[in-house]
Amino acid sequence: MSAGGEGVRLGAGSPFWRAVLYAVLLVFAVYYLLPLVIMLLNSVKPLSEIRGGNLLALPKVWTFEPWHSAWSTAQVGVQATGLKPYFINSFLMVFPAVAISAALGAINGYILTKWRFKGDSIVFGMMLFSCFIPFQIVLIPMAKVLGTIGLAGTVSGLVMVHVVYGIGFTTLFFRNYYAAFPTELIRSAQVDGAGFFRIFWRILLPSSGPIIVVSIIWQFTNIWNDFLFGASFADFDSQPMTVALNNLVQSSTGVKEYNVHFAGAVLAALPTLVVYIVSGRYFVRGLMAGAVKG
Amino acid sequence: MTATSNVTTEPVLRRSSGATALRRGLQDWLPRIVLAPSFAVIILFVYGFIVFTAYLSMTSSTLLPRFDFIGLENYVKLFKLPNWWIALKNLAIFGSLYIGICCALGLFLAILLDQKIRGEGILRPIYLYPMALSFIVTGTAWKWFLDPGIGLDQTMHALGWASFHFDWIKNRDMAIYTVVIAAVWQSSGFVMAMFLAGLRGIDTEIMRAAAIDGAGPWQLYRRIIIPMLRPAFLSAFVVLAHMAIKSYDLVIALTNGGPGRATEVPATFMYSYTFTRSQMAIGAASAVIMLMMVASIIVPYLYSELSAERQQ
Repeated sequence: MSAGGEGVRLGAGSPFWRAVLYAVLLVFAVYYLLPLVIMLLNSVKPLSEIRGGNLLALPKVWTFEPWHSAWSTAQVGVQATGLKPYFINSFLMVFPAVAISAALGAINGYILTKWRFKGDSIVFGMMLFSCFIPFQIVLIPMAKVLGTIGLAGTVSGLVMVHVVYGIGFTTLFFRNYYAAFPTELIRSAQVDGAGFFRIFWRILLPSSGPIIVVSIIWQFTNIWNDFLFGASFADFDSQPMTVALNNLVQSSTGVKEYNVHFAGAVLAALPTLVVYIVSGRYFVRGLMAGAVKG
Repeated sequence: MTATSNVTTEPVLRRSSGATALRRGLQDWLPRIVLAPSFAVIILFVYGFIVFTAYLSMTSSTLLPRFDFIGLENYVKLFKLPNWWIALKNLAIFGSLYIGICCALGLFLAILLDQKIRGEGILRPIYLYPMALSFIVTGTAWKWFLDPGIGLDQTMHALGWASFHFDWIKNRDMAIYTVVIAAVWQSSGFVMAMFLAGLRGIDTEIMRAAAIDGAGPWQLYRRIIIPMLRPAFLSAFVVLAHMAIKSYDLVIALTNGGPGRATEVPATFMYSYTFTRSQMAIGAASAVIMLMMVASIIVPYLYSELSAERQQ
């Protein structure tokens, strides 16, 4: 996908139209960056400056107090703990959920492409549809099940929920990736006596780097950003970051500390943003996984 | 975000020689045994739960589940509730504008970026990064940016435009459009990326032939290139439509359904009826309707994608 190749040029490439083109593209770059810039600028301003108006102005007095407050002293819900414990909760939830769902997706994708059986496309179709259901349809029974098995209001419960509803996507990723993997290699390994697991470990997994990264990034972003499950199944001690941020911002008691809210929002955005900056290419690949047929 | 690659897979592999019957039997069954737990989990937690919720929607459950069957009464009740109609109307407004503007903006930006732009490698990630953010973050940023007390309104006044007035987020008639503004900001870059991939995938021979026939660039786009992006349009529509039906986080963070019930959507309706208003059966019925809306879009799409793949 090199830029353009033989792409059509609008406006016959005249310098005037090229200038307009770049200007329009820059305006949109500003549009997309603006909310992030506003959050950053106003997270280092004293509250009085924000109330005085002009969210776009540079701080007259720079202060990191809002960040400190958002992290460790702000009132989130009933306690004044800052967002720190919830930030940690999110990580405790994300790591196992990502690892387990990616591992299951890898083995499922391997089976669905290299060990096909009668009805496998129905199995895959049913897993695929599970990616798109509105999760409202599972909230009530899931709450009941989590209560019954003693995982209601725990991080482990959220891990389980995210694994269950993440399998569909990870299976999809690995299945599509392994479908392109040369079957002859596997056939000859079989002739050499390699079994089901050995083929997976020795042949497929070593060449799965890119799709593992795609799956991990996709799952990480989705699970970190989840709000619905966190809001439905967590209690005060196990809330993930998104739920805590929302509680912080919506809390109606006391003065609205906009600068603290902005600092908290940046904190909540930071992990996924870092992942995006470091490996955006893989993130886009996950987003697009097959959505576009060339 | 959706189905399928276009590579056909080979049929089941079997060892041709050298194994005992038992071992061969095990090797045959092993994949199915390994796949079984995942599939069982999906059957139980997705399809089993759908059946459970559908059944609950036909009971008189309120605060707790009850299992007396009362038929479709709750659906009749649901469609008599003004709040549900508000939610549906808002979804229609939000969904159509969200899909329409995202597609228009996404296509526009993709075409511009496809003009051999220097710095595309910088611009593209900037257009796309909001997609990596949580809707709660997006909602928080736009909530205060659009707030007449401190946001855009104040900023314009400070910059000297005293008559500037923008209070949609506090205005019952306009608040739903602020949800559109924030959602478009978040998703349009993604649609741009889909269209850009589509543009890059078009056979340049066709374009060259048309150009030789004397078609100007505008004509080329209108008559040939944009029609050839049909698959990208379809994917974008499906992805955006199902996101619109499911949108919950953004509404909660941006307006919390308000002012009043002005930005109620089916997802917030379901949550509040089930968990705060103790009308579980009505909540379940609304969830079933949401599922039917999503399924009516997703199922035909997945079906056509999967069968197209099989034919290749």
